[in-house]
Amino acid sequence: MANTEADSGKQRPWPKLLTKPTVPMPRPGGVRRAEPIATGSEWTLGTLEKFDRAIAAHAGRLGLDTYPIQYELITASQMLDLCSTIGMPIHYAHWSFGKQLLSQEHGYRKGMTGLAYEIVINTNPSIAYLMETNTLALQVLVMAHAGYGHNAFFKTNYLFRQFTQADAILDYLQFARSFVQECEQQYGWREVETVLDCCHALASYGVDRYRRPARLSVKRERARLNERLKFAERHYNPNFAHLHLNEVAGAAADAPAPFDPQENLLYFIEKHAPKLQPWQRELVRIVRKVSQYFYPQRLTKVANEGAATFWHYTLLNELYDAGEVDDGFMLEWLGNHGDVVAQPPFDSRAYHGLNPYALGFSIFRDIRRVCEEPTDEDRQWFPSLAGSPWQEAIQFAMTNFKDDSLIEQYLSPKVMRDMRLFLMHDGEDDREHYHVRAIHNEAGYTQVRQTLASQYRSETYIPTILVARASDDAERALLLQHRVENGRMLETQSAETMLGYVKQLWKFDVVLEEVDSDGRRLKIHRT
Amino acid sequence: MPTTNNEGGVPGPVTARLLRIVDRRGDPPGRGAVNRERFIRRFKDDIKRAADEEFGKRSITDVGRGGRISIPGRGLAEPRLTHDDDTGNRDFVLPGNREYLPGDSVSRPRRSGGDGADGDEPGSGEGTDSFAFALSREEFLSLFFDDLELPNLERTRFGEMSMQRMRRGGYSREGLPTNLLPGMTVRMGIARRIALRGAMAERIKELEREREAAEGEARSALLVEIERLRKRREALPFIEDVDRRYRSRVPTAAPATRAVMLCLMDVSGSMDERKKDLAKRFFALLYLFLERKYGHVDVIFVRHTETAEEVDEERFFNDPQTGGTLVYPALELALRIIQTRFAGPDWNVYIAQASDGDCTGEDGHKSAAFIGQELLPLVRYFAYIDIPSSSGWFNRASDLWQSYDAIESPAFARRAVHDRSDIWPVFRELFARKQAA
Repeated sequence: MANTEADSGKQRPWPKLLTKPTVPMPRPGGVRRAEPIATGSEWTLGTLEKFDRAIAAHAGRLGLDTYPIQYELITASQMLDLCSTIGMPIHYAHWSFGKQLLSQEHGYRKGMTGLAYEIVINTNPSIAYLMETNTLALQVLVMAHAGYGHNAFFKTNYLFRQFTQADAILDYLQFARSFVQECEQQYGWREVETVLDCCHALASYGVDRYRRPARLSVKRERARLNERLKFAERHYNPNFAHLHLNEVAGAAADAPAPFDPQENLLYFIEKHAPKLQPWQRELVRIVRKVSQYFYPQRLTKVANEGAATFWHYTLLNELYDAGEVDDGFMLEWLGNHGDVVAQPPFDSRAYHGLNPYALGFSIFRDIRRVCEEPTDEDRQWFPSLAGSPWQEAIQFAMTNFKDDSLIEQYLSPKVMRDMRLFLMHDGEDDREHYHVRAIHNEAGYTQVRQTLASQYRSETYIPTILVARASDDAERALLLQHRVENGRMLETQSAETMLGYVKQLWKFDVVLEEVDSDGRRLKIHRT
Repeated sequence: MPTTNNEGGVPGPVTARLLRIVDRRGDPPGRGAVNRERFIRRFKDDIKRAADEEFGKRSITDVGRGGRISIPGRGLAEPRLTHDDDTGNRDFVLPGNREYLPGDSVSRPRRSGGDGADGDEPGSGEGTDSFAFALSREEFLSLFFDDLELPNLERTRFGEMSMQRMRRGGYSREGLPTNLLPGMTVRMGIARRIALRGAMAERIKELEREREAAEGEARSALLVEIERLRKRREALPFIEDVDRRYRSRVPTAAPATRAVMLCLMDVSGSMDERKKDLAKRFFALLYLFLERKYGHVDVIFVRHTETAEEVDEERFFNDPQTGGTLVYPALELALRIIQTRFAGPDWNVYIAQASDGDCTGEDGHKSAAFIGQELLPLVRYFAYIDIPSSSGWFNRASDLWQSYDAIESPAFARRAVHDRSDIWPVFRELFARKQAA
């Protein structure tokens, strides 16, 4: 690197190909088995079982801590089904899942898209799916990636430890499915669908970001629900219903209670929407709980996929070093691996944003490189990492970081150079052009790293909304607030659509105001 | 950890390893179908419109196939709150720098949103594009036939729409020699012999014991008895009448599900390719409809000029004939075919006639009378479509149409078709769900 602004603008300081492709070779000096466990592309349950045992042995030696794993063998159409319901084997029925299914199936039939290789569910025991059409090499790749990589990440990462209960989610979804079904029978599918549509649109605002959610327990949910419904039934008297309402309204008017702004919009609606029926509140709650469950996954795409990819790469190479797989096997999975971690450049047709697999894999692999073969540059940037045992370093990175902090902490100058990351600025002063602010050189390093990290903060891509006020008076209006940062306003169309959904649940007026950091109102959206 | 104590206190080998691989391939398909159906239900109107359009474009052989459908994307999008990219300041990191140095500027793509700095990335904006997906044949057809009902489903004339049918009913002891089951019979014989031999052997043993104890006269009598039993035991017949088993058939009531469709078409010179094509479409649609209802439908093609003949499909549509037009012989032939091959209560007979309506007055009246008196009592439905010449400078009902005015029956229907796009509405009209009277 090094020579940058000093050079003339014409002379480009980097070669065309940055790293030579390397051919896998077994580690010299290791003891290899005479015969691989299996060869060819055919597999049986027996061979998979043997491979699982071999991978488990290597994983144990490298200190990987996982939940027990259960593999489930499924067909391609079952995989399509799974993909359509965000990877969960049980889910309540909704048209949007059908839409997913149809479009995926269409793409798959036409050969435009392949199927997901792997789906793994964060439960205890962890469930990983193996598709029957995969070849042996691909099955083993999936086993290492999902069954050990993701699984270990789920078990160790602090977000998953804090936020999700691996053992309760499937039971909860089972409960959700039967509840939605009952509601459809009792109140009609149109009603149910309307509520679910609204909630789905607001799902990203149904998350407690900082507070650890209560443990999911189906038993408790059912008991709570029954009690709620029974209470409503016992105490409902049509003659007094309106009197009761008036009384509450009057009491509130006397002393307006101070209101704490809340960020969990769906929670607020569930608890306080004036006119929702108990079953509708329950639907809101279901969507909220599911969204909460997926919250850590949204925050750890790069870290999670990076770790899983790193581990399948490492584990399969270990298998090769031990002579448990042959060269053909290696070449086959490396082909798939290469597709997965490919990062097309920003100006290619294939570019769809940064590939979390590519970024994550590069970061984790580089952590190992810094540990094992540190350069002077690495010693400067990662003094404590350089030369330390890599297993512990990787473990630490998997345990304590989410996407933005992982990048902030571990994105090395080498990764930046390899991926040729550069920083663009889109500002108010010039709407006709983007400006290149920093490139992959020494001067740009910290800036690129910082911006890339902030790009993965959820506030950057999901506008934050607060419930600012809800009045208990006759109008019962709900006031939402968007804190504008860096002058980034809401897109009007989407804001109005969203307000429409909130209003359908709240049933009274909803107003969304955009305020700057000083609390001045910049814009107001009404339904 | 070689051994452990389980709950019963019995030491045994560790089975800590779960069964790790579960084969789920045989599981019944479930959720996918449910969600798919929800999607179709929600966008039924759009999908139906698209399916109807698709039908207009297709050739006959693919009408019944499932296929690609594309519906407008509005309402499909699941909206999310987004930032307006035309406001404020933002920085973003992109991969794959080739030539940029700090300070360079790139012209901004017009499309707002997305991090693609270069404008030639295809728009990924959801919601505005149309949404394409594949419908299965079943889904496709059920959208077609959604509000259509088979005409005259209950058959008042014959009461219930069912018939007696013989069904296998196990074995019986009586029957015709042709229905004899030799294997079963021999097996019964073996069983009988084993049973009888066993019983006799026991009796013989008993007698032998008695003989040991008996003296003189009684003893010799027992000996005779034992000897007699022994002989009988040896001489058990190989087959007896009681062994015989026959195939048994029992009568059961079953709905009449066999259907036949007779296609009658005028192939005289006045029927040009366009008219034949329209007729073909109508027949194809009727066939699909009946096939869906009955599973299997026989199709008979009768073409006529001055004379009528039964032909195969290829010649029916593609073999040109010249000559005048007489309808009556075709109807006569149809009746003969029905009487000889499709008579009886278990056949559902449908007749579809297509013609440009040219005929002589006498022929028309004779035909109308024949249909009313001879054919209609035998058939479930008679549909006539009239395909007038497109270039006709006067707009009057065709001769045959006028003659058919005389027929009054709920089982008879007729419509005029001018254009390919008319076929589907006409079909719908003809077979629209009859309102309960």
